[in-house]
Amino acid sequence: MTERGRKALLLAPAGIWLLVMLALPLLVVFVFSFGERGAAGGYVPAFTLEQYANLPARWTAFKNTLILAPLGTIAALVIAYPLAYFLAVRCSPKWRTSLLILVIVPFWTSILIRSYAWIFILGGRGLPALLESIGIDDIRLINTPFAVLVGIVYGYLPLMVFPIFVSLDKLDKRLLEASADLGSTPWRTFRQVTLPLSVPGIATGCMLVFILLMGEFLIPAILGGGKVFFVGNALVDLFLQSRNWAYGSAVAMTLVVVMLVTVSIYMKFISRLGGQRQDVSLM
Amino acid sequence: MSFDMSVTMQTIAELRGVTKTFGNVVAAKDLNLSIGKGEFLSFLGPSGCGKTTALRMLAGFEKPTEGQVLLDGEVVNDLDAHHRPVNMVFQHYALFPHLSVFDNIAYGLRQQRPHVDKQTIATKVEQALETVRLGGFGPRRIWEMSGGQQQRVALARAIVNEPKLLLLDEPMAALDRKLRKEMQFELQNLQRQLGITFVLVTHDQEEALSMSDRICVMEGGSIVQVGSPRELYDMPRSRYVAGFVGTSNFFDATVTDSAADQITVRLASGQKVHGTPEIPIDAGQEVCVSIRPEQITLTRALPTAEIALPVTIQNRIFLGEHTEYLARNEALGDFHVLVPRQAELNEGTFNAGEQAFVSWGEGALLILEN
Repeated sequence: MTERGRKALLLAPAGIWLLVMLALPLLVVFVFSFGERGAAGGYVPAFTLEQYANLPARWTAFKNTLILAPLGTIAALVIAYPLAYFLAVRCSPKWRTSLLILVIVPFWTSILIRSYAWIFILGGRGLPALLESIGIDDIRLINTPFAVLVGIVYGYLPLMVFPIFVSLDKLDKRLLEASADLGSTPWRTFRQVTLPLSVPGIATGCMLVFILLMGEFLIPAILGGGKVFFVGNALVDLFLQSRNWAYGSAVAMTLVVVMLVTVSIYMKFISRLGGQRQDVSLM
Repeated sequence: MSFDMSVTMQTIAELRGVTKTFGNVVAAKDLNLSIGKGEFLSFLGPSGCGKTTALRMLAGFEKPTEGQVLLDGEVVNDLDAHHRPVNMVFQHYALFPHLSVFDNIAYGLRQQRPHVDKQTIATKVEQALETVRLGGFGPRRIWEMSGGQQQRVALARAIVNEPKLLLLDEPMAALDRKLRKEMQFELQNLQRQLGITFVLVTHDQEEALSMSDRICVMEGGSIVQVGSPRELYDMPRSRYVAGFVGTSNFFDATVTDSAADQITVRLASGQKVHGTPEIPIDAGQEVCVSIRPEQITLTRALPTAEIALPVTIQNRIFLGEHTEYLARNEALGDFHVLVPRQAELNEGTFNAGEQAFVSWGEGALLILEN
C-alpha cells in the first residue's frame, strides 16, 4: 500500500464519523433553518428567512449564554489556576495522586444528581437559612444567575484544572531556579516564567470549558428554574416542546456561528499572548 | 599557569565547616574551602560525592545544615538565591523557552532595582553576545540554536550580570567530545579575559585538569584534597585521588618501618621500597603504592635501577604519540605502561608474550593511604 493509502486508511474512521455525525446533521439543520413549521409541528420544506427574522424573540437566551459562559469560564480559571499550581508545583508527590483523584471523583456521579444537590444547598433551607441565622435576611440564591454560575463552575472545574495542571507539571522547575539565580523575586518569577509557560494549559482549559458552556442546558434548567435559560434550553424547548424544527434550526445555526466567531477571536488573542512560541498547542 | 592560594590577594567566597543533610543522607560533610578572587576552581568527583550540593549552597539554592557560607567576607547562609551576586550556568542550560536569545540574556539585568535603562541593557547584551561569539543572534529563538550555541547563551546570560562568582554545573555534559574540547579552551580564555571567579562542578577529570587553577576532589560528601592540577597529579594524597586524577597502577603493600620522614613498605613481590607519604602512616599498616604508566620504563635488558621487575608483555595498543602496554608480573599483577614514541623507536616494539623488565626512577613510586 502506498504511503498516501495508509494515511487515508488511518484517517478513514474519524473522517466517516465526522461526516455522518457532524457534517450531515449540520447540513440538515442548515437546510431546515430556511423552512417552515408544519401544522402539527416538525418541518415543512420552504425557502424563507422568516425564522432568522424571528431570532430577536430569543434574545434573552443568547444574552444569558453570552454573559454566563465567559463569566463561568473566567470564574473556573480563577479557581482552577491556584489549585493546579498547588498540585503541580507545591504539593509533595506523595499527596499529588490522591488529590488529583479527588478532583476527578465528582465525575463518577451524574452531573444531574450533582446539580440537584446544589438545589438543596442554594435553596431556601440551605445557605439562605444559614445566612438568616446570622442576621442576613432575604437572600435568594436558587433560580438566579448566581446559582447557574455556581453550578457551571462546579460542574466544569476539573476540565479547567487538568490542562493547567499538565502544563505546570511539565514546566522545567530548573527554569524557576534559573530565574531566582538571575535575581528575580518569587512573584516576578511567577509572572515572567511560570505564567507565560502555562499559557497553553490556560488556553486549552478555557477553550474546553467555554465551548461546552455555550451549549449547556442542564445546569440552567435545574438551577435557573426556568428563569435563567441558555440557548441550549431554548433549543430543547423549540425541538421537543413546541416542535418548531425550522425555528429551532435557525437558532442552532446562529449559535454555531456565534461560537465560531468568538472562538476564532479567542484563538487570535491567545496566539498573540503566547507569542510566536513553538510549543503553544491550543487543544 | 599556576595559582597559589597562599600568595593570593583576596578570598571571594568561603565554606566554613559546612554540612548539608537531606533527611538522613549527608550530602556534604564539614566542608572547609576558600575560593580566591579571579581563580578557576573545580569540584571534581563522581556523582553523589557532594560537589553539586556544594555548588548549590554557594548559589543559595540550599541552606547549609551546619557551618557558614561566606561571600566577600559576609555570612550569606540566609540570603536567598535572588539576592546573591552569584550566577549559575545550569547543566541543561535552563534557558527560558518563551524568550528570545536577547531576552534570555537581558533577564538578569531587567531584575535589577533600580531599573537599568533600555539602552544600557541593549549595549550590555550585545557585548555579552560578542564575548561568547554569538553576535547578531539576539532575535533568535532558543529552539533555533544548536546545543553548543545554547551553551554560549547560558554563559552570556550569566556573565552579563558581572557576578562575583560564576558557578558552572557540569556545563559541558551535553556537548559532544569535539565541541567540549573547544569550549574548554574558550571557557578558560573567557575566565582570564573577564577576571570573574569561576567555580566548576564536573565528574570529568580531563575537564578539571585542563581548565582549573585549583581542583577540589570530593568523595562521599567530603573534600579529600585541594590543589593545583599538577599537585594532585604528582602528589595525590590517597589512592582515590590518584585514581580519579589521571590513571595509575596500584599495588598493595605493607608498612614495615616508619620513621619521621621516611617509611619503608614491602611489596607483595618481596621488594622493599622507601618513600615519604603525605600523611603519617604507622608500621604494620596496609597501604598502596602507585606508579603512573608514563613513569615506567620498559626494557629488554635488566636495568640498573633500584627495583626492576620481570614481566611478560600481554597486550599492546598503539596510541600514536604513545604505545600502551599491558605487562604482567608474577607476584604483583598487571602494569599499564605508557611508552613514548621516541623510546619505542630506540628500544623497538615489544610483542605479546615477550619477556621484559619494568623499572622506574626515584620518587616515581608513591605511597598512599588505601
